[in-house]
Amino acid sequence: MSLNEEIVIAGFGGQGVLSMGQTLAYAAMLDGKEVSWMPSYGPEMRGGTANCNVIVSDERISSPIVSTFDTAIVLNQPSLEKFETAVKPGGLLLYEASTIVNKPTREDIDVVEIGAAKEAQKLEKKQVANMVMLGAYLCKKPIVNVGLVMDALRKALPERHHKLLPINEQALERGKALANGGG
Amino acid sequence: MSEGNGKDVRLMKGNEAFAEAAIRAGMDAYFGYPITPQSEALEYLTREIPKRQGVVVQAESEVAAINMIYGAAGAGARVMTSSSSPGVSLMQEGISYIASAELPCLLVNINRGGPGLGTIQPSQGDYFQSTRGGGHGDYRTPVLAPATVQEMVDFVFEGFRIAEEYRTPTLILADGALGQMMERVELPPEGSLPHEIPSWATTGKTPDRESNVITSLFIEPEKMEKVNEKLQEKYRSMEKEITFEAENVEDADIVVVAYGLSSRISQKAMHMAREKGIRVGSFRPKTLYPFPYEALGKLAETAKSFLVVEMNAGQMVEDVKLAVNGKRPVGFKGRMGGMIPDPDEILAAIENIDN
Repeated sequence: MSLNEEIVIAGFGGQGVLSMGQTLAYAAMLDGKEVSWMPSYGPEMRGGTANCNVIVSDERISSPIVSTFDTAIVLNQPSLEKFETAVKPGGLLLYEASTIVNKPTREDIDVVEIGAAKEAQKLEKKQVANMVMLGAYLCKKPIVNVGLVMDALRKALPERHHKLLPINEQALERGKALANGGG
Repeated sequence: MSEGNGKDVRLMKGNEAFAEAAIRAGMDAYFGYPITPQSEALEYLTREIPKRQGVVVQAESEVAAINMIYGAAGAGARVMTSSSSPGVSLMQEGISYIASAELPCLLVNINRGGPGLGTIQPSQGDYFQSTRGGGHGDYRTPVLAPATVQEMVDFVFEGFRIAEEYRTPTLILADGALGQMMERVELPPEGSLPHEIPSWATTGKTPDRESNVITSLFIEPEKMEKVNEKLQEKYRSMEKEITFEAENVEDADIVVVAYGLSSRISQKAMHMAREKGIRVGSFRPKTLYPFPYEALGKLAETAKSFLVVEMNAGQMVEDVKLAVNGKRPVGFKGRMGGMIPDPDEILAAIENIDN
């Protein structure tokens, strides 16, 4: 079956939801896939919720805007409330353990709790929580391999930040392990 | 960032992509003023141009920027400005002058919701302003409507070519979503669009020729009429620049007509309708002026009805009705004020058509 994965990544501004989406889109592009990355933009980015839609497909992408998703990755409570209902039946919902008080209730989708923030703290770099989450997602849906994610980061990050590549790689691996039930 | 086959491929935002394309197209100067959702263009150019070639100026206002464009274009420079709806409105007086003085320049409007200061969300509400001239007097500007980030790049090259070939301000009309979204783009090589200083440019009089005069003031109505006749002849000659994209129209009962972002959403709705057995085709004008009246008129011979989808209250629908000329019903589905239709609501509009 040809791949057409429609994802929403949502959280507070500053949690790295936009860069998580960009990294995923970039990696999939390096893999020869069709990709689009569409951010929410506007006043809601300043302190409120931020989100982006990422589409990865084998086919040319028609609409970059969709209203239901194969996967929702949510990093805060308002985003869960907004996007839980938007996951297609049989889809995937990944959520950040530390910020979600009222848990998701749907039973027709795969719901996975990930303690990405806690894991990032263990790595002593709270900014890589988004990469933990991305690793967890790629464990559940291996649409692109982690090596290409690292290639994407290498190209997207300015050289002066390349010293942070190893910790991002660790974060991705920890995320994978968490989603596998390990960690 | 190459893919290893010598191509320069990147994942870029529309705003950054058209800015990069302008540098590669040999733009001599950019004059602009920041406004959401196109501010990344000026930001990108301010960062890149000092390292490469050309001039970039953040003017004190859009009115100043368009008059800087007027001056630099008169001197034969390849020039561009970009803005978003309220800013483009401020530029209209200058665009009218530039059209009258027959100077080439490229304008980019990253359309946001209006009227008024409106919203920063994507819109197609500036269709009338773009395709009917926009400022005062009898003039038009060629309008290119990209639907992908790749076309944001390609149409910069195409836009400069048309502007210079016809000596006319030329407009790229996109929207906030195309400006903000990222897609794969393949960038053309730098310097691949030839550019010579034209003979009419005000570069300083030399003894071997008369003075070059650039003006939009022709006090005597006899002269002004001649200028108008020349402009109208020029606009008629642009018809060979008409481009469009038609998909699944051969057997279509319903043809959905849309441009830019809404055409992509409509194409998704078309695929959904096809899966349900409804024969839907899509027609996307890439040039909004000149408009593909003839091609659409021909489709009216085979399709039973048309549905126009726009992010406005219904503007291009008037051109589609002119093209179809009463032969078939033309329906309309629109969202306004920065709202984007989703594929499901377009599908519902398709299913509501009673053929």
